[in-house]
Amino acid sequence: MHEMSLCEGMVQILEEQARVQNYRRVKQVWLEVGALAGVEVAALRFCFDVVCRGTLAEGAILHVLETPGQGWCMACSRAVVVERRFDPCPECGSHQVQVTGGEEMRIKELEVE
Amino acid sequence: MMCGVCGCGDGETRIDGHVHDHDGDSPAAGDGPAHAHAPGLTPARMVQIEQDILAKNDRYARANRAWFAEHGVMALNLVSSPGSGKTSLLVRTLTALREAFPMAVIEGDQATDQDAARIRSVGVPAVQINTGKGCHLDAHMVGHAVERLSPEFGAVLFIENVGNLVCPAAFDLGEAAKVAILSVTEGEDKPLKYPDMFHAADLVLINKVDLLPHLDFDLSRCLAYLRRVNPGVQVLTVSARTGEGMERWYRWLRLTRESRLIGAEPRSLMV
Repeated sequence: MHEMSLCEGMVQILEEQARVQNYRRVKQVWLEVGALAGVEVAALRFCFDVVCRGTLAEGAILHVLETPGQGWCMACSRAVVVERRFDPCPECGSHQVQVTGGEEMRIKELEVE
Repeated sequence: MMCGVCGCGDGETRIDGHVHDHDGDSPAAGDGPAHAHAPGLTPARMVQIEQDILAKNDRYARANRAWFAEHGVMALNLVSSPGSGKTSLLVRTLTALREAFPMAVIEGDQATDQDAARIRSVGVPAVQINTGKGCHLDAHMVGHAVERLSPEFGAVLFIENVGNLVCPAAFDLGEAAKVAILSVTEGEDKPLKYPDMFHAADLVLINKVDLLPHLDFDLSRCLAYLRRVNPGVQVLTVSARTGEGMERWYRWLRLTRESRLIGAEPRSLMV
């Protein structure tokens, strides 16, 4: 969803950080995307290249670290892996699973010069 | 007001027909520090930044939320697919409640200001945001629309998001609650097909229930699917056309507004 806006957000962060961290070019970007963040990684890669054109990140290599969705099952009181938001608890089949992680979408690290 | 460091390069966004741009506000690429650079050396290095991509939207959303709290405005983010009857539901609601408390509307659509015109014809102030290529409203556009509307103390502000069950789920606008509208002509499995949106909703209105006798829509299954993606969600069945069930929605609006006004006093009344 809205991968184009997300990439524009990324480039804005890279530009803001350029002033703070004193760099002129971004060569590589490590991005963490949770399984429940609603992001289509293929679309994100496509948009990233397009949005970076003419910016300080033109031609930058995008690395995507996909992290699993995590949840807490209220019925069996344990941490479980959540593949999709509406999936039942893999242990007891209950749908009372509170998502606790895997919704994040953040830039972790950059290689800059 | 809300837009402190407005880097808006959204050339296609229009608020009431005006292109929204801030000349010279947005930092151009490559404006970074071009000094301190030994000739012939390009020292590549790693930087840890740990920045959330939606952080910028979240900052604007926080500013909106603070403004709403300070001004006693209850903002509701209305989300649905296109054709769920959102605008008709809104027009009926505004007509029924216009004597009860002040209201204002932000209309989000990709193009045209037809919806805002429909709202204004009821006598309620409305601002239209056209998102151009955008598929959702963001907190920054909403902040500017609020500046233009300046809703009064105690008002309910309806933000009618772009008809889309995907993207608006991720963009907090600073609202008090997300209200999802699902019409029975859409199929009862919508909550499973678009779990992010129904998961994020605080209230779901199932609209067009007057058509149930003519459809195969399975209401109890739909409710079960909603509970599956959002166990605590509140659901009301309504028909904006016949008015069936609308009293309960009005009651929800009245009581939610009242409860949010507890402790909020207009500045002029503060000692």
